[in-house]
Amino acid sequence: MSLYYVQKLLYELNRSEELQTQFFDDKDSVLKDFKLTDEEKTALKTPDIGLLYVLGVNGQILMHYAAMCGYAWPEYIQAMRDGLEEHGQVRAGLYATTDGKGAI
Amino acid sequence: MSLVFAGICSHAPGITGRKHMADPDDANTFYAAFDQMRVELEASKPDALIVIAAEHFANFFMNNMPSYCMGMAEEYYGPIEDPDWLGIQRTTIPGNAELSRRLIEYVMNDIDLAYAEEWKFDHGISVPLHFLTPRYDLPVIPVNINCQGPPLTPLHRSWAFGQALRKACDSVPERIAIVGTGGISHWPATPDSGKIDAQWDKDFLQKWSDNDKQAMLSYTDEQTYLDAGQGGFEIRNFIAVSGATEGAKGIVRYYRPIPIFAVGCTIGVVDLGEV
Repeated sequence: MSLYYVQKLLYELNRSEELQTQFFDDKDSVLKDFKLTDEEKTALKTPDIGLLYVLGVNGQILMHYAAMCGYAWPEYIQAMRDGLEEHGQVRAGLYATTDGKGAI
Repeated sequence: MSLVFAGICSHAPGITGRKHMADPDDANTFYAAFDQMRVELEASKPDALIVIAAEHFANFFMNNMPSYCMGMAEEYYGPIEDPDWLGIQRTTIPGNAELSRRLIEYVMNDIDLAYAEEWKFDHGISVPLHFLTPRYDLPVIPVNINCQGPPLTPLHRSWAFGQALRKACDSVPERIAIVGTGGISHWPATPDSGKIDAQWDKDFLQKWSDNDKQAMLSYTDEQTYLDAGQGGFEIRNFIAVSGATEGAKGIVRYYRPIPIFAVGCTIGVVDLGEV
């Protein structure tokens, strides 16, 4: 579990158009610079937005990554719900769900 | 000179990014309230606009997280978000490094403030500017209060920061406007996005309007998290504006829960009297 580095990678990705280009061209070339578990690497590469949510990635970081991966807003919300269904409750951080009854 | 304008507003990315999904009356009335705030801001003839926002990991991360940071650059850039997703095109925003430096040096008498000569804006600043300075022709000075990565600065320090900022504004000849941005109760970027506790919001806004220091500083993060979500931590930005305008009443121009925008949409201004 290296949530810190998952979030750090996404933080750097979110704010750098150059790194985004490199990442989507060759994800491993970016992932190798961060201490990540196999589960985290898979979640980032797939991308498995639902698993990243359950791992505890801060929503303000994750929603940007989801948008970057082409998720429309309703798809992003659904991906988090699917993640909860498949992987269980959020494991860390502040962005745990309460009743899951949002606007969408 | 001193403070010529002070106010608060929402900054949620859905305000611009999901306008097409909103009830037209919700979007139109809120946009009109933002437009009226712009008119009031422009009428105050400011030389610079200080935006106190909770940024969302556009510049600061948990490897080196300042509780308070102020921009000191000649220009800024943003938003970092995908322009189509946010509904705002990327652009350069003018700053005023020399004025920033004078303000920062003054604030440092009271608050150990970090400064930044590089700063990329995210929706916390870009959404308000989209409405308030749509031509990007007013120098902006960004301020971040960490509301995202705990441990967070205590609320009484946000008030003290606001007081220090006011003293700094009073020390310079320029006409300064301050806008604090953020949400009140909200659970953004979760499956609960769109959940809003309107009564919690109204209770807080009443205290903000009354400039009731004791009542605003009585909130605890533990209870706020339970009652108002992690988004509720952003009340720090509104409290800083109250600290900067101690003794002055606030006027809530607009409040309406708009779930698709994921926040109780808010516009407020402070009655500064004759300035």
